[in-house]
Amino acid sequence: MLDIRNLKVLYGPIEAVHGISLRVEEGQCVTLLGPNGAGKSSTISAICGVAKATGDITFLGQDLLGTEIEDRVRAGISVSPEGRRIFSNLSVEANLQLGAGIRTDRDGIEADIDHWFTTFPILGERRTQSAGTLSGGEQQMLAIARALMAKPKILLLDEPSLGLAPRIVGQIFDMIEQLKSEGMTILLVEQNARQALRISDYAYLLNTGTIQAEGTTATLGQNDELMAKLTGLG
Amino acid sequence: MDYAIQQMVNALSFGAEYALLALGLAIVFSVMGLVNFAHGDVIAVGGYTMVAFAAIVTANPWIVILGAIVAAALTSVLLERVAFRPVRYADPTTGLLTAFGVSIVLQNLFLLFVSPRPIAVTSLYFMDVPIEMFGVQVSSLQLLESVTTVLVIVGLTLFLNRSVWGLAMRAASLDFEMVRLMGIRANRVFALAFLISGLLAGLACIFIMARRGSVDPHLGFNPVLKAFVACVVGGFGSLPGAVLGGFLLGAVEVGMLVLLPQEYGGMKDAFVFGIIALILVWRPNGILSPAVEKGDKL
Ligand SMILES: Nc1ncnc2c1ncn2[C@@H]1O[C@H](COP(=O)(O)OP(=O)(O)O)[C@@H](O)[C@H]1O
Ligand SMILES: [Mg+2]
Repeated sequence: MLDIRNLKVLYGPIEAVHGISLRVEEGQCVTLLGPNGAGKSSTISAICGVAKATGDITFLGQDLLGTEIEDRVRAGISVSPEGRRIFSNLSVEANLQLGAGIRTDRDGIEADIDHWFTTFPILGERRTQSAGTLSGGEQQMLAIARALMAKPKILLLDEPSLGLAPRIVGQIFDMIEQLKSEGMTILLVEQNARQALRISDYAYLLNTGTIQAEGTTATLGQNDELMAKLTGLG
Repeated sequence: MDYAIQQMVNALSFGAEYALLALGLAIVFSVMGLVNFAHGDVIAVGGYTMVAFAAIVTANPWIVILGAIVAAALTSVLLERVAFRPVRYADPTTGLLTAFGVSIVLQNLFLLFVSPRPIAVTSLYFMDVPIEMFGVQVSSLQLLESVTTVLVIVGLTLFLNRSVWGLAMRAASLDFEMVRLMGIRANRVFALAFLISGLLAGLACIFIMARRGSVDPHLGFNPVLKAFVACVVGGFGSLPGAVLGGFLLGAVEVGMLVLLPQEYGGMKDAFVFGIIALILVWRPNGILSPAVEKGDKL
């Protein structure tokens, strides 16, 4: 579904990602692991069209490189970015409405908003409150729900568990697992290796802008040395 | 007593005009971070359109007014397309210099192709008649201006809170890139901001022209200056701030006219700016300056 070859991500003269290749098949959950500064967010940004990149990014057979951010969303790529970036000056409901900004089916949008308010009653109770008043975990749920409002074909999640209490982290991973069981294709960026590997099919280990290891989670799980290193990171 | 009420009405109507002008600057600034100093020249385009319509098309004042509003709105959108789009994501200084450039170009076009001298527009005189309300003499123009501004504020508030495009504009003022990541087209958001700004310039143009009765190439200078001051006082980027700043500026100006003895009359502006400076000492970013942080970045 998503096929990335020889991706380099550039910030002016600085190259943050040095030609990586990765694939996400339909219905899979693929995890990108790695320490701070490894280039995980840069990779996500390149897929979204936010960061300047070279190489090949093919999504559903369509070449994405050189297309605008908006067109990639319309092609079916949604993101819950690092730091969540909810619209804190708008109401919870308005955040979801904007998430559906590319849709025109008013009734469907209403129904989906109601769906999220029943799934997360806490968001429903605060539908008219400014999203900035939500806790970190609630903001993360809102960010994921907002991304899903566009009805994407692939969901990019950049460190959804960052800075959250362990109990909330569990809830977030439950939510991701639920999405996967419903057939959503997911590219997950995480530092919480144990939890991420539990729910994903395939994983890449990124460090200093290059892929250092990759494999199905089953094979990676058998590599004790690698696992010790990974869980040490998380 | 009548005199006091009279002056309060004056302050309100001045304030209404400044609020209208300031909103035009603030709406563009809030989504783009650009101080559009060409806003005043968009008003002048409206003024010259009135001249052209009155001379060539019709003397019907309503059509003249409509023509001016449409011309201002189209000019504003056109300027975004040809001048501001290339510097959209550039730093604020580049945008500011571009705006000055656009302003100078427009003024020189008026000088070259129209006339350096004021041209009279008489079609709007009918708007300014004295009427009596609650025993006080007010001008119909003042009343019209205040009512229009109130309607604009109500309409804008509804639009920004109820429509998806309005919400997108508010979201864009916080995190434009994230709005694009919702698939909402940046081009549309920018065009919309300039369209609204142009419509506000067109409305302001009507009242300015009705009061002055003529247009010259520098018509826009004073309005854009007032709008800028109102935005600075209210807090740049905040729409409620622009409204508050506008009304505050109107009140301070009229207050100075009333309070200053006759022989200091010429120093009115010095006193006005003195008070503005004091407000800025108290609140350096303006009274209602918006928060600067972007979402919940870690
Ligand atoms: N906007 C930017 N400008 C310049 N360098 C950046 C920018 N964003 C990230 N980098 C650099 O790129 C590298 C990878 O960063 P990032 O992709 O954020 O890593 P990760 O998400 O894995 O923690 C780091 O060295 C970082 O300093
Ligand atoms: Mg990151």
